[in-house]
Amino acid sequence: MTAIEVKNLTKNFDGFTAVDNITFKIKKGELFGLLGPNGAGKTTTINMLSTLLTPSSGHAKIAGYDIIKERDDVRRNIGIVFQEPALDNKLTGKENLEFHAMMYGMNKKEREKRIAEILELVELSDKANILVENYSGGMKRRLEIARGLVHKPKILFLDEPTLGLDAQTRRHIWNYIKKLNREGGITIILTTHYMEEADYLCDRIAIIDHGKIIAIDSPNKLKDSLGGDIITFEIEGDDEEFVKSINKLRFVKSVKKHDSKLTVAVKQGERRIPELINIAQKKRVDIISVSLHKPSLEDVFLHFTGNTIREKEISQRGRNMEFARRRFGR
Amino acid sequence: MINLTAIYVLWLREMKRFLRAKSRIIGTLAMPFFFLAFLGLGFGNMNIPGMAKGISYINFLVPGIVGMTMLFTSMFAGISVLWDREFGFLKEIMVAPVNRISIVIGRIVGGATTSVLQGCLILGISILMGFKIPGISAFLLSVVFMLLISSTFIGLGLIFASKMRDIHGFSLIMNFVIFPIFFLSGALYPLKNLPVWIQYLSYLDPLTYGVDGLRGVLINVSSFSILFDFAVLVGFSIVMIFLGAYFFEKSESV
Repeated sequence: MTAIEVKNLTKNFDGFTAVDNITFKIKKGELFGLLGPNGAGKTTTINMLSTLLTPSSGHAKIAGYDIIKERDDVRRNIGIVFQEPALDNKLTGKENLEFHAMMYGMNKKEREKRIAEILELVELSDKANILVENYSGGMKRRLEIARGLVHKPKILFLDEPTLGLDAQTRRHIWNYIKKLNREGGITIILTTHYMEEADYLCDRIAIIDHGKIIAIDSPNKLKDSLGGDIITFEIEGDDEEFVKSINKLRFVKSVKKHDSKLTVAVKQGERRIPELINIAQKKRVDIISVSLHKPSLEDVFLHFTGNTIREKEISQRGRNMEFARRRFGR
Repeated sequence: MINLTAIYVLWLREMKRFLRAKSRIIGTLAMPFFFLAFLGLGFGNMNIPGMAKGISYINFLVPGIVGMTMLFTSMFAGISVLWDREFGFLKEIMVAPVNRISIVIGRIVGGATTSVLQGCLILGISILMGFKIPGISAFLLSVVFMLLISSTFIGLGLIFASKMRDIHGFSLIMNFVIFPIFFLSGALYPLKNLPVWIQYLSYLDPLTYGVDGLRGVLINVSSFSILFDFAVLVGFSIVMIFLGAYFFEKSESV
């Protein structure tokens, strides 16, 4: 079953292409991530899929409904948590949820039950009657997630759900997200520029850069596509024999030597270390140290774009400011 | 097609925000109050040419200041869409499965209610200052006029809000739209005293008919007949609401 189907979706803002011809499918019940630096086009994608922006070209279907022709049907079936807070600070937490439930046409009985239930889930029951302006950042975030769920959407959009939150709150929210997906069976599409977030949460990831999808797969497969783990040996003595014999091993992808260091690319490195050490001892090579590096999504990103995500963000900032000046005339 | 629940909940939100923002109420009422108090006292005993005989300046001024209150609070209510955009709440409204017309109506109904409440407060203050209302039916008729003025200018506010990206242009609108509308309306002086060509501009100003209608209802003095004022205002409000809804629909919320 397909929950989201995106085909050649493009969005131009005068002279600037924010989303460039992207195509992907998300299965029902999947937890899908859009990973990329700030300004890569993630939020613009979400805004188009949630009917807030009209695409320049291409189309998409959400829960079977067209995002251009069947907007209200799309809206009824999705919940969304925006990147920037979108709460009414002059209302209480509960009033914000009530506003939402009424906008989605829930009757009073249904509404009261659901709001109590959902406040319980995000542990805000005791803060429900406090004005939102007095909430902390983490509480606001939880309230927004709760609000996105009030009307029992089939698909939930989370745009940078943990942006600007401390490590502990972030963990907390990750656990909610996982729980919702696993127990509630909700299809979730989230955007993030945190590698560890995408890695920890997502079943599949689309890496997006300059408005284009450059890779799409599960986090593990993406990491494996780099050729596996890197084991680095620091050695002493004549290593010619050792290199020769390990090069013959089936599971070794490559061996490289720089100075006294030997880097070996293998799959499932932690399982291969004992075997390699055994061979070294037989070949009378002294091993001083061994280290194992598992490729991270950061390495994947580096591999596909030639930059780390942080470098991207620094170079992209100039571009975005230029864009903002043109668009908003500041 | 019209979603009554959505209109109601948008209205309810406006009411809650209004009643909670006591300082805002005092802030918006302060200006009309000072206009009323100082102009009323300062010019109170003066003989102003062009004014109907037997009408004191303060009595002439009260309907004008009520009209002014409606203009300022209604424009503000229309433009407050920009604040919602600034604080992100507009996205929450726009992503809901509610058609845009219902959202615009909810906005206008909510804004008009708060504006009329403030107009009534100013009317109450002027009664405390010695103004006399002819009777309950005159009061109810004045509320009708207040509603018409209000919906006209909420519509105008919505047009501006839809065309602006942020609230930085608000002071421009204040100085180049709201104040000229106010001065051209004859709220402070009889329009007959203005040069003829400016009088023609006044005839294009919806508030002229609002203030004139309020005067007709409250002090029984008006340049046009009350029915004419009413008809013109109905026309203006329908056009403005329609245009406001049109531009709001076309504007993007992110």
